[in-house]
Amino acid sequence: MEIKVLGPGCPKCQQTEKVVKEAVSEAGIQANIEKITNILDIGSYGVFGTPAVVVDGEVKSVGKVPTKDEVKGWIS
Amino acid sequence: MTESCCATSGNIMILACSGGSNVGQLSNQAAVELTQEGFGKIFCLAGIGGKLQGFIQSAKDVPQMVVIDGCELGCAKATLEQAGVPLKTYVVLTDLGIKKNKDFNLKREEIEQVKEAIKQSCMGDQQKAAV
Repeated sequence: MEIKVLGPGCPKCQQTEKVVKEAVSEAGIQANIEKITNILDIGSYGVFGTPAVVVDGEVKSVGKVPTKDEVKGWIS
Repeated sequence: MTESCCATSGNIMILACSGGSNVGQLSNQAAVELTQEGFGKIFCLAGIGGKLQGFIQSAKDVPQMVVIDGCELGCAKATLEQAGVPLKTYVVLTDLGIKKNKDFNLKREEIEQVKEAIKQSCMGDQQKAAV
């Protein structure tokens, strides 16, 4: 599973990355988590704002920090 | 697209029909100017119409959105409905008394009228949400 966290590096983006890592760890799933910080790369996903989370190519969340339960729902 | 981190915070998504008439282009011009003035941020209705998944998810997740249709045909509204995005604040320019035609020399007073109507609609919906 490929998970991308989109965000140039603000506190909300960092929080999102932390939530995603914890959710993956707790769910016991093998996933490659990548942080995308380049604005042009972020723009290629068509998102209105950040943070955003992409799971296996599908944008799951935009402009907010997801809850751990939301992330678990996306990956399980 | 994203210009700064956490850019949606306090930002209104503006979706204009941008259609092939004076009112369609008025919707677009108002959206551009409101973005330049910092009232909100224009977003790509075509991306939603094209079912590009990041655009649809962005529209679903944004806390505040205004959809602007030039006329009562409601193409922008229909685009959102077909993408499964709930309509929030909605403005139709012909409802403001502007006549639809093919004159693309947009009038400054009509642009200002449209911008003001959009602002009022957004503020009205904000007040309703706060009650």
